[in-house]
Amino acid sequence: MFYHLTILMIIYSITCIGLNIVVGYTGFFSFARAAFFGIGAYTSALLVMSGVPFLIAIIAGGILAAIFGWILGLITVEMTGDYFALATFAFAEMTRQVFINWTGLTRGPLGLPGIPRPEIFGFRFSTNQAYLFLYIILLILVLLITEMYVKSPFGRLLKTIREDETAAQSLGKDIAKTKNIAIAMGAFFGGVGGALYAHYITYIDPSAFVLHITIFFLIIVIAGGMGNNYGTILGAVMLVLVRELPRYLGLSPAFAASLQQMVYSSILVILMLVRPRGLLGERKLLSEQSSEEGGK
Amino acid sequence: MDYYSQVILNSIITGGIYGLIAVGYSMIYSILRFVNFSHGFVAMMGMYFTYALSVQLQLPFFIAAAGGIVLTAFLGMIIERVAYRPLRFSFYLAPLVAVVGVAFFLESVALMVWGGGILSYDVKTTSFNISGLYITNVQIGILITLLLSVILLYYLIEKTTIGQAIRATADDIKMASLVGINSNRIVVIVFMLGSALAAVGGTFLGLETNLQPTIGLSVTAKSFAAVILGGFGNIYGGLVGGLVLGFAENLGVTVLPTVWKDFIAFGVLFIVIYFKPSGLLAKRQERGGRYR
Repeated sequence: MFYHLTILMIIYSITCIGLNIVVGYTGFFSFARAAFFGIGAYTSALLVMSGVPFLIAIIAGGILAAIFGWILGLITVEMTGDYFALATFAFAEMTRQVFINWTGLTRGPLGLPGIPRPEIFGFRFSTNQAYLFLYIILLILVLLITEMYVKSPFGRLLKTIREDETAAQSLGKDIAKTKNIAIAMGAFFGGVGGALYAHYITYIDPSAFVLHITIFFLIIVIAGGMGNNYGTILGAVMLVLVRELPRYLGLSPAFAASLQQMVYSSILVILMLVRPRGLLGERKLLSEQSSEEGGK
Repeated sequence: MDYYSQVILNSIITGGIYGLIAVGYSMIYSILRFVNFSHGFVAMMGMYFTYALSVQLQLPFFIAAAGGIVLTAFLGMIIERVAYRPLRFSFYLAPLVAVVGVAFFLESVALMVWGGGILSYDVKTTSFNISGLYITNVQIGILITLLLSVILLYYLIEKTTIGQAIRATADDIKMASLVGINSNRIVVIVFMLGSALAAVGGTFLGLETNLQPTIGLSVTAKSFAAVILGGFGNIYGGLVGGLVLGFAENLGVTVLPTVWKDFIAFGVLFIVIYFKPSGLLAKRQERGGRYR
């Protein structure tokens, strides 16, 4: 149980660090996470099942997700706020409909059973301990890359866009391209997270990539603190505990499922009332006032 | 030809239902510039309130539906009080996130109370055949109520003092407060009215199809699509958008396999957001609803 929960925390952390780049650092409310998660999961699972090595497959999953992220970014980059949220939501639902209806590739609602467990240079990660070890290394890798990225001038530009787009533009920065890269990079980690999920659970079907999972990821990012990668990890730890523990209380599965949903949706509302920027969220920045004014 | 007149009739009914839900949505949006993500879930609750009163408490259907609508209006009031009002001047994403929380909270409540299975109202339907056109008594009832609701809403918005205050607040909330309109009260009234309309639409959806707790999300998406199609800033835009959506959905099924129906619906939404973010009936161009 300990290993299972920790592995889930790591998978969700990796996915949500990607989401944090878009939501936390750039300030765009993306509802497309489940789509990238699903694209990564299906790509990697199908590749490994047709004989491609594990490491190449998860990277391919990430890259395909990033390509979709790039295209989505090209289309949505000029939209703001609610429109961006809605467009990404529509994209996610369309992707899910493809998972359901492209039965030749994904087997539709039947799902893909028997996805092989990871294997690197002939070593098969079959026990949960080995898994945990592998996934921790990957998490550290993702964290290092992302931290490097957000601390670079590029990361500062992202925050500037979030705080005041016009100001960033007046400094001669290419806003559209910057946002687009952020979305694609976020999508990449989403895809990798999805791939890791597929190889851990060993079974995926379209119902694993519904809007609820996107909301769950968003809560992780928001609860932990937008624009803070350690906050995201904290969020993943908390939310996995909230979501998975009712399963061990001996309730009926249907009741436990709606109880989980009830608990984390209440947490979301309460958190917004108490700490709208999350537990480890950034302090108020200069333009907070003006963005509030404009939002009305 | 008969086939197509049947499709047109069905389009008007589904489109009218979406439109009615969308009107509530665009009212809230026109005043607060805020996407009420929970709107479809509120419609779903209205649907189940009517179910609880009519099937579980055995009340006559009309009384049960009226009761359901009133209960849903109060639900709208509570949502405004709990999750919207305290956040009005908070971090700009906070209200949107909170309302998403409310939406899924409502869904979990419905799942707990009424279960995840498919339910239906206990209403007897008889089918009439008017020169080859099939219509049920329920559908006739829906059409009449739709028409009445629209007339009533028009009267309320255009002819009464409250309607005037609502229109003024929608034009400019600060200016409205300046001339002595209690904007908090108007926001509550709009939330209640919007939720009541959602409940009417939700009950109709329950009559036309069946009851399922998970319907909220697609209702939210479709009514938002209808609002965008019709155009923001115009309260009746949602009605037109809903009709367009109803026709698109029913006509789409005649040429394409039904399994891709939702894909097409969301595809249309995506395309509309991209090409015409201010809607088909928009008064003025407002690209992408900027925050600043």
